[in-house]
Amino acid sequence: MNRQGSDGMTMIEKNVGRQQHRLARDKSYLQSKLLKPNKKQSLENFFGKAIAMSCAALLLIAVISIIYFIASKGLSTFFVNQVSIVDFLTGLKWDPEGEPALFGAFSFILGSFLVTVLAALVAAPLGIGAAIFMNEIYPTFGKKFVKPVIELLVGIPSVVYGYVGLTVLVPFIRERFEVLGFSLLAGGLVLALMILPTITSVATDAIEAVPQDMRNAARALGATRWQTIWHVVLHGALPGCLTAIVLGMARAFGEALAVQMVIGNTSKLPESIFDPISTLTSAITLNMGNTIQGTAYNNALWSLALLLLLMSLFFIMILRILGRKKLDNR
Amino acid sequence: MNTLDFDQGNTIIRTKDLSVAYGEKTAVSKISMEIERNTVTAFIGPSGCGKSTFLRSLNRMNDLIPSCRVTGSIEIDGIEINDSNVNIEGLRQLVGMVFQRANPFFKSIYENIALAPRYHGIRSKAELDEIVEQSLRKAALWDEVKDRLKESALALSGGQQQRLCIARAIAMQPSILLLDEPASALDPISTMKVEELISELKDEYTIVIVTHNLHQAARISDKTAFFLMGELIEMNETSILFTSPAQKQTEDYITGKFG
Ligand SMILES: Nc1ncnc2c1ncn2[C@@H]1O[C@H](COP(=O)(O)OP(=O)(O)O)[C@@H](O)[C@H]1O
Ligand SMILES: [Mg+2]
Repeated sequence: MNRQGSDGMTMIEKNVGRQQHRLARDKSYLQSKLLKPNKKQSLENFFGKAIAMSCAALLLIAVISIIYFIASKGLSTFFVNQVSIVDFLTGLKWDPEGEPALFGAFSFILGSFLVTVLAALVAAPLGIGAAIFMNEIYPTFGKKFVKPVIELLVGIPSVVYGYVGLTVLVPFIRERFEVLGFSLLAGGLVLALMILPTITSVATDAIEAVPQDMRNAARALGATRWQTIWHVVLHGALPGCLTAIVLGMARAFGEALAVQMVIGNTSKLPESIFDPISTLTSAITLNMGNTIQGTAYNNALWSLALLLLLMSLFFIMILRILGRKKLDNR
Repeated sequence: MNTLDFDQGNTIIRTKDLSVAYGEKTAVSKISMEIERNTVTAFIGPSGCGKSTFLRSLNRMNDLIPSCRVTGSIEIDGIEINDSNVNIEGLRQLVGMVFQRANPFFKSIYENIALAPRYHGIRSKAELDEIVEQSLRKAALWDEVKDRLKESALALSGGQQQRLCIARAIAMQPSILLLDEPASALDPISTMKVEELISELKDEYTIVIVTHNLHQAARISDKTAFFLMGELIEMNETSILFTSPAQKQTEDYITGKFG
């Protein structure tokens, strides 16, 4: 450290001397840098801030007005038309044009949940399995062929899924099980296919994010490839995989068109997965056109929309919690 | 290398003409080496000279790199480990490995250590508890973590994480420990703790350590091997290699002329 230079000064002394010299020389330059504002930069700064803030404000206003709109319409069912909330949520009879009008939306709520859960039950193992295949088992083939094919599925419009369901799945179920065909099962399977790419790609990202070090550590401890996948890779990717499933469910819960084409749309409660059902979304899209603004019927449909909105807020909340969990893991 | 004459009965690792290539590129060429039981052997040499590659072939971690080809013979306790009938999981249990970067699992401290014994068939909770405590004690970590075994291993400091990784390897009850620059990412105090630990573990395990720190090699090892461009230039008692190296290249390296 105290190596002597040729002129008797240590390295440190030399270095300090050099710096002092430079500081003295630079003093006026430094002052001009530190004390004079840079006009161009501060102008840019101002405009940048203004643009970003107005974008954010616009978004906020749009979201708040949508929520306000749906909530005010949806809540007037209960506060203007005096329908009881409990009857609405638990009632089994939906007859808005009858005398007296009945607004029991339970079958729609149940239908939405059943079809979503069924889709998740089918798509989650498939999607996560495909993600494992692509990352851990056959990465070259998986990343080159399976991944693009699955990503292609995202871009297909939902009406195509509905059409495929209608022309392939419904007749198949009808012939195979000797039932109507339009059913909870058909809806769940169509939705499963629709959310499969979402689940696969999010799960793939989660699995990719598990550090390679961790796999090496497990293998070096004498774990087999499967043990490594189960205990280390999937365990590390768990929050991400749950996120994938919830994202898929959120999408399934809100999907209208494809589902409506294959579920039969009755307001009767299903007794098996082969029975036709209705969902919140299908009830809204099928009836909204036939109702008059401001009537109890129309408001009741908005109440269904409000339920959908609350459910998606709920899904977003779960996603946020999972996101925080992921951060904790790192 | 044939100038060294080890006591046959005491040799635990013996490689003969061991070469490793990644695709076309040879990373280790024709290395013959013998390592004695319950000694610390240090591998030194400039980076990229094949130390890690050689180390990884001793527990067949190179199998996981698709382009990697290993030729030549490696005997551990007289058994050729590159034979196709060798149980690779069993081999890795016998030859534990600790990596340069501490890589604890996203699990609790307890689970990090209990994982490997579970893989190797230990089920009883009492037995696992015992192994976890013993391993942590041997890794000089027990006192620091005994009250927080259920907490995430990621909450430990870098030095503690590295000692946890050593404990995790010890929990498999291996005979050999391979350490690939275990202290290169640690601060001086953690490094000192890891070095102390290695000296203590020598009584029970045969240790092979890669290090870029010559002082570290001189402090903790019994034998030192100097690698250069995939070849083993010289291997000898550490005290001899550092004071009167036989090869010019070794001398240049340890006196800091390159590296
Ligand atoms: N996974 C790998 N794929 C291809 N080449 C590699 C790989 N790992 C190491 N190498 C090459 O092998 C040579 C030896 O590397 P390595 O064993 O890591 O050296 P060291 O540990 O002594 O620094 C280097 O030239 C390096 O580029
Ligand atoms: Mg290395």
